[in-house]
Amino acid sequence: MTRLMIVLLSCGVGLFLLSLTIGPAGIPARDSLAALFSADYGPLTLVMREIRLPRAILAIFIGAGLGLAGAAMQGYLRNPLAEPGLLGVSGSAALGAVLAIYTGLAASNVLALPFAALAGAVIGVTLIMILAGPRGGSLTLILAGIAISALAGALTSLALNLSPNPFAANEIVFWMMGSLSDRSMVHVWLALPFFLVGAIMIAVTARGLDALTLGEEAAETLGINLSRLRILLVLGTASIVGGGTAVAGAIGFVGLVVPHILRPMVGASPSRLLLASALGGAVMLQLADIAVRIILPDRDLKLGVVTALVGAPLFLHLIYKTRRDML
Amino acid sequence: MTAFELRDLGVTLRNREVFRRVSLTISAGEMVGLIGPNGAGKTSLMRAALGLIPHSGQSSLANLTARDRARTVAWMPQAREIAWPVTVERLVALGRLPHLSPTGAIPERDQALIDQVIDRMDLGALRLRAASRLSGGEQARALIARAVVQDTPILMADEPTAGLDPAHQISTMKVFRDLADEGRAVLVSLHDLGLAARHCTRLILLAEGGVIADGPPAQVLSANLMARSFGISVWHENTVSGPVFQPLEVVG
Repeated sequence: MTRLMIVLLSCGVGLFLLSLTIGPAGIPARDSLAALFSADYGPLTLVMREIRLPRAILAIFIGAGLGLAGAAMQGYLRNPLAEPGLLGVSGSAALGAVLAIYTGLAASNVLALPFAALAGAVIGVTLIMILAGPRGGSLTLILAGIAISALAGALTSLALNLSPNPFAANEIVFWMMGSLSDRSMVHVWLALPFFLVGAIMIAVTARGLDALTLGEEAAETLGINLSRLRILLVLGTASIVGGGTAVAGAIGFVGLVVPHILRPMVGASPSRLLLASALGGAVMLQLADIAVRIILPDRDLKLGVVTALVGAPLFLHLIYKTRRDML
Repeated sequence: MTAFELRDLGVTLRNREVFRRVSLTISAGEMVGLIGPNGAGKTSLMRAALGLIPHSGQSSLANLTARDRARTVAWMPQAREIAWPVTVERLVALGRLPHLSPTGAIPERDQALIDQVIDRMDLGALRLRAASRLSGGEQARALIARAVVQDTPILMADEPTAGLDPAHQISTMKVFRDLADEGRAVLVSLHDLGLAARHCTRLILLAEGGVIADGPPAQVLSANLMARSFGISVWHENTVSGPVFQPLEVVG
């Protein structure tokens, strides 16, 4: 464990506790944490266990998943601008969710929307495996991802365009901004397995990602099975992104910015970046989710809006830094 | 001792036959230069020998499992790719990947080998610098060190001297020659025939879809063969400071 990991882990735990103490109920911090472990089933305990705890847990592993998947995608494509959304899985998951809202299915059952989103993600990842297969190079993967994203985006626009009433359109737009409010433990149990499976798949690729520093051909002659690596990476990222999008909507920038910021702190090593980015992603998403509750507590500020608002300026800073380094 | 063997090797890329029926044996201790005009298939020959591209015929390396191959042959593609600003030390250590246990920790004797190769390649001062930000010559040295650290009986390099200044070209060739003299088999493709003449123990001339000459440099770099394969006239002489080879004119 390096110092960086310890710092990130401490931040993560601290923010988790902080996140548990923030909410419209305005309960004092100590009482709320005590209520979490209390045996009585009073309203306070209910608020803590049913509302705040799932929200805080989701922020941790959706953030961790996005950070991890982002680091893996950047390592695989050897491009600091790669991000998990590149595969088109978040787009197709969003399309599934949008169709659930559009058809009114989402209103009939609480789980209809996440399941529709997961179905969308599965279709998206199936398409990308067919298009980019185990043999294609990384360029094929990018092109296939762009094609699927574009198609999913177009169909989402079509659903908006044809939405039966302005309320449905409104709901679709708001859902797509991403949010963790009003999620329950059911959502946690739904998304957690996808995160765990995806994280394990990506963790297995660590050594291969290191070898890819030298390019695909050199990596192959270092004994790395590139087809296997690509399959693990695509399925792992799809699992994480699909599960995350299903319960929280589309949350951008975490998978792009976090690995970028942390890369210099791990000596640019792709394998070390995986764990660091997972921890960093959890920190960033928790910060954002705390921010949405503090900045405009009454207005239901959307999580994806905040990550983009934070992420975009950070990106500008990176552009500035890159330009300076090039001089 | 035979290091590897190709039998009737052929490559067809996009319906164009690059070469066919190449059979040769390369032994430990040989420093073999692979020469030939642009498009003759030098890179394809090495890639096919490694089993990286589809081919007809046999290569003793292509049949190995990925892990066994990685422990038998180190390959340096022509593109000197270093994607991230990792330190030179970490870059060189990547050569140990095929030898690591699943836990991935670098054992002490591996670290000793890494240190030794870093010294040998004169990278000590650059050890903690970001490899991707080094000059071309320094990067080439770091990547050769990476391949040497792989500690394989065979080394293959595609145009290892391309884009290097004369001093780095010579020192690079000397490193490969030393590795061969230590008992490894080295196969490098070269465009600089002068370097090939001076540093290789054997040259293979690839042209007209196959190997048209294979032997000691003096024999392969003959006026006849050079005119036939490259369309050049040459000056070739054994001097007190070793063989000197100079292409002169393009001939009809």
